[in-house]
Amino acid sequence: MKSLAELAAIREKMKDKIVLREGGESSVRIVVGMATCGIAAGARPVLSAFVEGVEKEGLAGKAIVSQTGCIGICQYEPVVEVMEPGKEKITYVKMTPEKVEKVLKEHIKGGKVVQEYTIAAAKNV
Amino acid sequence: MIRAHVLCCGGTGCTSSGSPKIQAAFETEIAKNGLADEIKVVQTGCFGLCALGPVVIVYPDGTFYSNVTEEDVAEIVSEHLLKGRVVERLVYNDTGDAEANVEEAHASLNDTIFYKSQYRLALRNCGVINPEAIDEYIAMDGYAALGKVLTEMTPDEVIQTILDSGLRGRGGAGFPTGLKWKFASGRRGEVQKYVCCNADEGDPGAFMDRSILEGDPHALIEAMAIAGYAIGATQGYVYVRAEYPIAVNRLQIAIDQAKEYGLLGKNIFGTDFEFDLEIRLGAGAFVCGEETALMTSIEGKRGEPRPRPPFPAVKGLFDRPTVLNNVETYANIPQIILKGVDWFRTIGTEKSKGTKVFALGGKIKNTGLVEVPMGTTLRHIIEEIGGGIPNGKKFKAAQTGGPSGGCIPAHLIDTPIDYDNLLEIGSMMGSGGLIVMDEDNCMVDIARFFLDFTVDESCGKCTPCRVGTKRLLEILDKIIAGNGELEDLDRLEELSNYIKSASLCGLGQTAPNPVLSTLRYFREEYIAHIVDKKCPAGVCKGLLRFVIDADKCIGCGMCAKQCPASAIERTDYIAPKHKLASFAIDPAKCVKCGACLPTCKFKAISKQ
Repeated sequence: MKSLAELAAIREKMKDKIVLREGGESSVRIVVGMATCGIAAGARPVLSAFVEGVEKEGLAGKAIVSQTGCIGICQYEPVVEVMEPGKEKITYVKMTPEKVEKVLKEHIKGGKVVQEYTIAAAKNV
Repeated sequence: MIRAHVLCCGGTGCTSSGSPKIQAAFETEIAKNGLADEIKVVQTGCFGLCALGPVVIVYPDGTFYSNVTEEDVAEIVSEHLLKGRVVERLVYNDTGDAEANVEEAHASLNDTIFYKSQYRLALRNCGVINPEAIDEYIAMDGYAALGKVLTEMTPDEVIQTILDSGLRGRGGAGFPTGLKWKFASGRRGEVQKYVCCNADEGDPGAFMDRSILEGDPHALIEAMAIAGYAIGATQGYVYVRAEYPIAVNRLQIAIDQAKEYGLLGKNIFGTDFEFDLEIRLGAGAFVCGEETALMTSIEGKRGEPRPRPPFPAVKGLFDRPTVLNNVETYANIPQIILKGVDWFRTIGTEKSKGTKVFALGGKIKNTGLVEVPMGTTLRHIIEEIGGGIPNGKKFKAAQTGGPSGGCIPAHLIDTPIDYDNLLEIGSMMGSGGLIVMDEDNCMVDIARFFLDFTVDESCGKCTPCRVGTKRLLEILDKIIAGNGELEDLDRLEELSNYIKSASLCGLGQTAPNPVLSTLRYFREEYIAHIVDKKCPAGVCKGLLRFVIDADKCIGCGMCAKQCPASAIERTDYIAPKHKLASFAIDPAKCVKCGACLPTCKFKAISKQ
């Protein structure tokens, strides 16, 4: 170790990898419904797409991908909820790996909710 | 990307209850379910709730699974990690009542009562990081304090910071750490000096130092390097008992990693400061926790104390100025440097700053390690964090400070715990063992237990300790056997005071404390043993009698079958309304094992 900068570099590199253990209260939580209904409707590829996408978009220190059980709206599965601190929960329905990319880019990164995928939009159909 | 971490406790407690197998099972199951790329299994140090081991925590949710078995692993992986359904039956909850507590059962680890009222400072990384990965320690701001000290502070500023913080030694007597460093700081660069760490944790029941070595070894390395810079030493030694194999192993891994990163060795952080660290193994003698004996042992000689002065700060290891602190003390230092004196001084009481780790044991629900701010009351530790006394029994006393400490009786349960208060009530902080006792514990027996320990561990160099403690033990044995006289109490006190004032080192000077404090608070129990020839708690075998109530006995003979000493025989007395003659116990043959008690369905046998 020759300098403080070298130490800081290791710290920055590692921070993303253990931020999960700090409870993640300050980060965005992406929760995928992974009950039987969700899995049957294809939640597993959606979860994988989020896991891969978050890293690809460089969001590893910012967003946490987690799963939950059945939310009760099985006809809309796969359901994904996005929770940001201090903001209202957004529920996306009938998700696919293709839709995941857009949600990550526009919502998680860009801060703009993808209205057409939300439950509000689905109910109007 | 890794989306979840499975933390398996690798502390000594959980290791002995099978955590390595569980960790291996997690790795296999996760691979089997195709989750290896998104879920990481991490081995950590002790979480503190050792009674519930093996313990597993799943992040980011912070779900806390306790008493996990190999069979449970597949369920946790397929239900929780794959489908996101928490396996509720394995989740720890405060009351043990799953029905009433479903909400709490979901709560993360940090919301449980056991953790909520703790302040984890020395233990902050234990159970959070992998102790064998230096990068994880660095991610938690590790080695930043060493960097700050070397690049921004002079050695005198470091010492002043530690002095101002009010940090006192966590190993026993509570001597101000900064003062110790100051005494050893003269003639920097002119003489060889040493920094030593006392990791020879000897108090029965205390294991906080072990836990820090196992869970956060880099914190110790960093702090010792800081101490080296402050006093001008280039060599450090960690004296740890060989009985702590996991701790020794992880500390060695940590030292090797620090050397590889250049955090030990020459030109640390590009400065001209150099520091090296070595482990010295002790054989586990209690006296080697005494500073002069410890240093004599590091030198390769028999671990015996020598008179002070000269103090180690003047003439210590190899007759050179030496700073010696205990593991927990060191673990506080990087935090004080990073967060500042003002922050540290807000924690604790007027004269005792910071936190203290206690090893909770004995008659208490949540046995394990707890860290609380100084000044927390005993009641809070026992009733809230510890979950109270099991089986509805009544709290009788708490023993602090191990064989050097004393008992705190029930009426002092609201005493705020700090160094000075404990001394005032006749106990001491010691290293922080806290043994809880209920109404089934005999205080004379407790005093005898600790004295028996010191008699074994006395090194024999000075007479008051070698002979005095042995005589004390003999008097206690006499009382326990039922042969005591009232004058024995005066003899105990007189002899205790001689031993305290005439012994060479801390071992002898504190050895009579368990006797003196029980005499002070539980004299009536001694008197019951001597005058009434009774042990009120029913512990001392010499004063116990097992008796069969002839009128309740139906003469079935179950007790006689169980008796290993053939002490139970049929009499010729037939109680009214009974068909068979009753049994009786021959006190001359009875070995007081109590095996007959549970055999009697008619509750005719009693302990008197």
